[in-house]
Amino acid sequence: MQSGIFHSSYQKDMALRHTPAQKVRLLLIIVFLLIFPFLADNYYLTLANQIGIAVIGAVGLNILTGFTGQISLGTGAFLAVGAYTAALLAIRFNMPMWITIPAGALMTALVGGLFGIPSLRLKGLYLAIATLAAQVIIIWVVTHWDTVTGGVDALFVKNYLWFDGQQVRFNEFKFYWIIMAVAVLVVMAAVNLFRTRPGRAFIAIRDQDIAAEVMGVNVFRYKVAAFATSSFMIGLAGALIAHWRQIVTWERFTIEVSILYLAMIIIGGLGSISGSIYGAIFMTLLPAFLLNVGQSLGSAIPFMDRIIPFIQQAVFGIVIIVFLIFEPEGIAKMWRNIKDYFRLWPFSY
Amino acid sequence: MSTHVMEYQLNGSALNPGDLQLEVENVVLRFGGVTALAGVSCQTRQGEIMAIIGPNGAGKTSLLNCISGLYRPQRGSIRFYNDGQSYDLTRLAPYKIAAIGVARSFQNIELFKHMTVLDNIMSGFHVHMKTGVLSGALYWGKAQQEEIKYRAYAEEIIDLLEIESIRKQMVGSLSYGLQKRVELARALAMRPALLLLDEPMAGMNAEEKEDMARFILDVNEEHGVTILLIEHDMGVVMDISDRVVVLNFGEVIGDGRPDEVRENPEVIEAYLGEELALSKG
Repeated sequence: MQSGIFHSSYQKDMALRHTPAQKVRLLLIIVFLLIFPFLADNYYLTLANQIGIAVIGAVGLNILTGFTGQISLGTGAFLAVGAYTAALLAIRFNMPMWITIPAGALMTALVGGLFGIPSLRLKGLYLAIATLAAQVIIIWVVTHWDTVTGGVDALFVKNYLWFDGQQVRFNEFKFYWIIMAVAVLVVMAAVNLFRTRPGRAFIAIRDQDIAAEVMGVNVFRYKVAAFATSSFMIGLAGALIAHWRQIVTWERFTIEVSILYLAMIIIGGLGSISGSIYGAIFMTLLPAFLLNVGQSLGSAIPFMDRIIPFIQQAVFGIVIIVFLIFEPEGIAKMWRNIKDYFRLWPFSY
Repeated sequence: MSTHVMEYQLNGSALNPGDLQLEVENVVLRFGGVTALAGVSCQTRQGEIMAIIGPNGAGKTSLLNCISGLYRPQRGSIRFYNDGQSYDLTRLAPYKIAAIGVARSFQNIELFKHMTVLDNIMSGFHVHMKTGVLSGALYWGKAQQEEIKYRAYAEEIIDLLEIESIRKQMVGSLSYGLQKRVELARALAMRPALLLLDEPMAGMNAEEKEDMARFILDVNEEHGVTILLIEHDMGVVMDISDRVVVLNFGEVIGDGRPDEVRENPEVIEAYLGEELALSKG
């Protein structure tokens, strides 16, 4: 049992990981991420890529909703902005991925910042409705601006590595590296953000906006900055979806997606970066798990076939409710509880 | 008394002691039909501790809110002097007022509850630090150096207010008295030229009050910070303040040294009552 953690410099005290156990855990995660694609088959690689993209989007949304306290129902639409920007740049101008993906993110940051302007006057439920408007408006523009977005028809995205018009085919394995690299960068950026001045300003606005203003935080500017930063990351996720799936349709970016992302950060833990990751993993794996269970049950019991989709939906909902009842602060808190228990074990007082 | 010489300058005023720091002139503030402030005028000089007293609803907190920019008075001006410039606080946004050196604490503690004590103090450095979103996300070079530098400053403030043992605790889990102290720490981090304290001792026991009075005197005498405070405990007010302004129904009914105010018949009738006036000893 440890008696304490002692540091001899502020730099060491401010480090993110203090104990050998924490460092070893990080190392294990890195090693796992590096060897996983060599062991996994295509199905699991697809799942991993899906999780990676969800992590990027969930971290982005958590910055806005969990850390800055600005609820957003527009995640789906912001994903669409990223996806359509990247897709159109690739299709119309044969631009390579390393331009289209950042461009998609920047465009989303711009649009997100714009829709963040009402947050100066609107809070809570009212802001939720304003961001719902963003969701509806953006999807309406996407489906009706035929000449640019192709309207309701799907876009078929081409992946380029260079301007030479040479298309490349990326399988799940190759995309794994791109998506994981972006996800790791996004997580690192978010973790760093919340140990420095702007991150504290975001949290200050969430906890006590009047006090934040009196402490010298330009609340309006920081709210817009939170919208832009969050949207940048969500835009990254959207652009990655476009290139990974190679098909972009508006149906992938409906209000249901917005709510799914909200569910991820609520179940994972609001205002927690690791919570965003847990939530993204959980909400991606749960439907896949239910699908597998449903399929094996369906083949065992014949008449189950037809009702299994409904059972899946219900179980999905029940699991979320159970989670919220037993640990409203999310999976991140559960993990902390487990760690605290074993840190003091066997003296649990 | 603190003997340790702090590297972090707590006093943000460039004026000499005795210079005019704040000049409130004929401020009128109305909410609908209610007049909260009916032409209030008063002055604060650099290095002073000025107390505002008065019965509930007299307009004390409203005046503080006007000074920190949360309320806009309909008439009058609030001049603030620093660095050879004069600012009209009635025309500035709260975050700009913070940047020119006005810090405050609140009557009902308004700390950032889900942050540690340390992070609350660090957030007080906001106007002095420079790291933006992009460099913060990178946490490289200058951003990291700045964090470490200000972290050392935060420790000096923690030392001064004797809150070492709670620095990494969540503010929400602390006792009321300690939260008040953390709020003072956060305001000091802003390097105030003028420190506004709204009932810094409300709800404290005698010992906590004594500590808080000592900290306020330390900050004022050792570091030269000008303080404007609202307080109901007359013992404390008469002991520590250099000047007392008495408000009643939004009007100034007394202004002067503590002993002068204590003998002012209008003040006795409106607020102090006979007993305190007699027991002045």
